[in-house]
Amino acid sequence: MNAPKSSSMRTPLARVRALGASHSGTSDFWRQRLTAVAMTLLIVPVIVVVLMLVGSNQAGAKQIFSSVPIAIIMLLFIVASAWHMKIGMQVVIEDYVHNEKIKLASVMANNFFCIAVALASIYAILKMSSGV
Amino acid sequence: MVEFALPKNSKITGGKSWPKPAGATETREFRVYRWNPDDGKNPGIDTYYVDTNDCGPMVLDGLIWIKNHIDPTLTFRRSCREGVCGSCAMNIDGQNTLACTKSMHDVGAGGAVKVNPLPHQPVVKDLVPDLTNFYAQYASIEPWLKTTTPTPQKEWKQSHEDREKLDGLYECILCACCSTSCPSYWWNSDRFLGPAALLQATRWVKDSRDEATGERLDNLEDPFRLYRCHTIMNCAKACPKGLNPSEAIAELKLKMVERQI
Repeated sequence: MNAPKSSSMRTPLARVRALGASHSGTSDFWRQRLTAVAMTLLIVPVIVVVLMLVGSNQAGAKQIFSSVPIAIIMLLFIVASAWHMKIGMQVVIEDYVHNEKIKLASVMANNFFCIAVALASIYAILKMSSGV
Repeated sequence: MVEFALPKNSKITGGKSWPKPAGATETREFRVYRWNPDDGKNPGIDTYYVDTNDCGPMVLDGLIWIKNHIDPTLTFRRSCREGVCGSCAMNIDGQNTLACTKSMHDVGAGGAVKVNPLPHQPVVKDLVPDLTNFYAQYASIEPWLKTTTPTPQKEWKQSHEDREKLDGLYECILCACCSTSCPSYWWNSDRFLGPAALLQATRWVKDSRDEATGERLDNLEDPFRLYRCHTIMNCAKACPKGLNPSEAIAELKLKMVERQI
């Protein structure tokens, strides 16, 4: 419960106004929906690509990824999903983690993780697609 | 972190069972949350039996009957007894609602009528929650007409169409049923304004006579004040006036996007 701290002598309105509105949040709200719609559109071709990959060896996979549309679809999907994952996880952290230090560390770790996953996936797709 | 369990001193332990009223032919069992700040004990659930032949049909009638006939120390807020003032908002049978408009027959499937204070608010005594933060949040949205244009000789004019846009918003009685049913509000009520204050904010943002729309949106644009709403929609389910705060909040979010894109 967020019972008003009895030790504080600030008025209830001062506590509610606190540091003021941050004038942000709309960009994340919009991007979360943008990436959701993008993933909805991309998921069918991605499933098709994954099915094509079933049972193929590395050479076969390289062959599939050498197609420009397939590589681009996979890249778009990775960018959309990693971005969506980053925003979604941050919302969960902000909802449930109330200790300021742990919250900052968690948000930071979330950013690092999502960027690392996205870059590793992009690197792998580019590598496969270039046939190296 | 989020608190999934009640604090030690808020855990419900025991409670008193009061005898059935003598001579009553038909009774209804009430299980009511009791907590007294003065006796140092944990809260408990008291069991009462209400003589339904001597009492009105609503849950509030039952509570008043208990207070008059069994236990005068039972504490709760009530005033208009017709769903206009919002004083008697409480959790009845797991649902936040007004005790005065909730019929005893519609709850508990004939079993006990379970009455608790509004969830996740500090309790003052028994069924009386401390709504200080809730009212301060309402004050923070500055719920009055703001204009720069000099006040006209008569009234600020509004077309019928513009007036209709306030329907579904102006009827809110600030009973707090919606905000205290919202998990986002439970976890973050110190920063999230909650469905009631945001519905009221929408009411002023949509008022055609108001000249501070942008300022109002500025004041709301915040990851916590507004964007903690995840469209869970408990608010719409709880509202005893049949309003939809979730929809009002969605309109605010749309306006935020509209002015940015």
